[in-house]
Amino acid sequence: MSAVMNDETKKVLVEPLVSNNPITLQVLGICSALAVTSQMSTSLIMALALTLVTAFSSAAISAIRNHIPSSIRIIVQMTIIASLVIVVDQILKAFAYDVSKQLSVFVGLIITNCIVMGRAEGYAMKNPPLESFMDGIGNGLGYSLILIVVAFFRETLGSGKLLGIEVFKLTKDGGWYDPNGLMLLPPSAFFIIGLIIWGVRVWKPEQAEKVEFKILPIAHGEGGHH
Amino acid sequence: MEAYISLFVKAVFIENLALSFFLGMCTFIAVSKKISTAMGLGIAVMVVQAITVPANNIVYHALLKEDALSWLGITGVDLSFLALLSCIGMIAALVQILEMVLDKFFPALYSALGIFLPLITVNCAILGGSLFMIERDYNFGESVTYGVGSGLGWALAITVMAGVREKLKYSDIPAGLQGLGITFITAGLMSLGFMAFSGIQL
Repeated sequence: MSAVMNDETKKVLVEPLVSNNPITLQVLGICSALAVTSQMSTSLIMALALTLVTAFSSAAISAIRNHIPSSIRIIVQMTIIASLVIVVDQILKAFAYDVSKQLSVFVGLIITNCIVMGRAEGYAMKNPPLESFMDGIGNGLGYSLILIVVAFFRETLGSGKLLGIEVFKLTKDGGWYDPNGLMLLPPSAFFIIGLIIWGVRVWKPEQAEKVEFKILPIAHGEGGHH
Repeated sequence: MEAYISLFVKAVFIENLALSFFLGMCTFIAVSKKISTAMGLGIAVMVVQAITVPANNIVYHALLKEDALSWLGITGVDLSFLALLSCIGMIAALVQILEMVLDKFFPALYSALGIFLPLITVNCAILGGSLFMIERDYNFGESVTYGVGSGLGWALAITVMAGVREKLKYSDIPAGLQGLGITFITAGLMSLGFMAFSGIQL
């Protein structure tokens, strides 16, 4: 096993979690990330589905990378990803019908999720299958982490529950917590992601982008006297 | 007629693909730094959406739906699980054809929109529009309305976003929040604004 878990494998598995997170740093894959986060259960299923699709599609593409003509590589990658997504979609419909109804089109949208395509194009085309598989898992986990954090805040603050179990007793049941309805609406997901990015960049300042327009501090006593 | 107008308003404002379903977010954030580019991409998305949603509607109803093949004399076949694959294939093919047609007949338009067209194939908003059309079981007329409306809504959202961001770069924002962070918060505020239309019923 030690040969399998070499430095490269560990790096591709751990780096995407914070220091190279696909959502907060690379701005990839937020499309579907936010719409399913009003509940923890749907977020967990979505995170699992995306991680599996990324890992297996990276492995499959990497296994045939030397046989794909570069002019049609995008369409080959897309066909592999779409087939895997169909498998996931059918499994969900068969074994978790309610969740698949709630996720509605967002399982299908894994096909166009930039993380999956990005990893296929950027990593799997140049690296052997096992590393690509790990890279897929790592990036999928980076995505899952953000999804779960957002879902945690939205579900607890929005409905006082977590995974459907009551955490805060609501006022309408005689408790103390008055649920914040905004948390169940789409805008809250934008706010939470914005705040997460702020937090990560304060923690790791090297991730901040270059300032386009520097604002000079106003000298003391200037202004107001003219 | 009223039903179509209602669907159109719903597609543009209330169920805006970018701001209430978060579709096409990657490009929405990445290409909204300048109004002119944002508008170019917005128009390209609108055109592609207006073509692909009805096209996918025809394919779905003629080939994939349960018992859709009965006009060939084949019954009891349900190919709807292939919808994902056929939608994305259809979108890729149509974008390619559109690119060639523009290149041949409208070179000026091609040079303005050309760079955005390949990006659009992997834009979640386009695939999302087609999948919503299938899920909600729209007929052909509704799919045309929905395609144009949802494309217009997305174009509107990205153009407004670019306008805000052009001004935003001159404001004094805390260091870590600059750039991506404040962009998300702005998008959230815009999303609140678009939700104000949700009371409208025609």
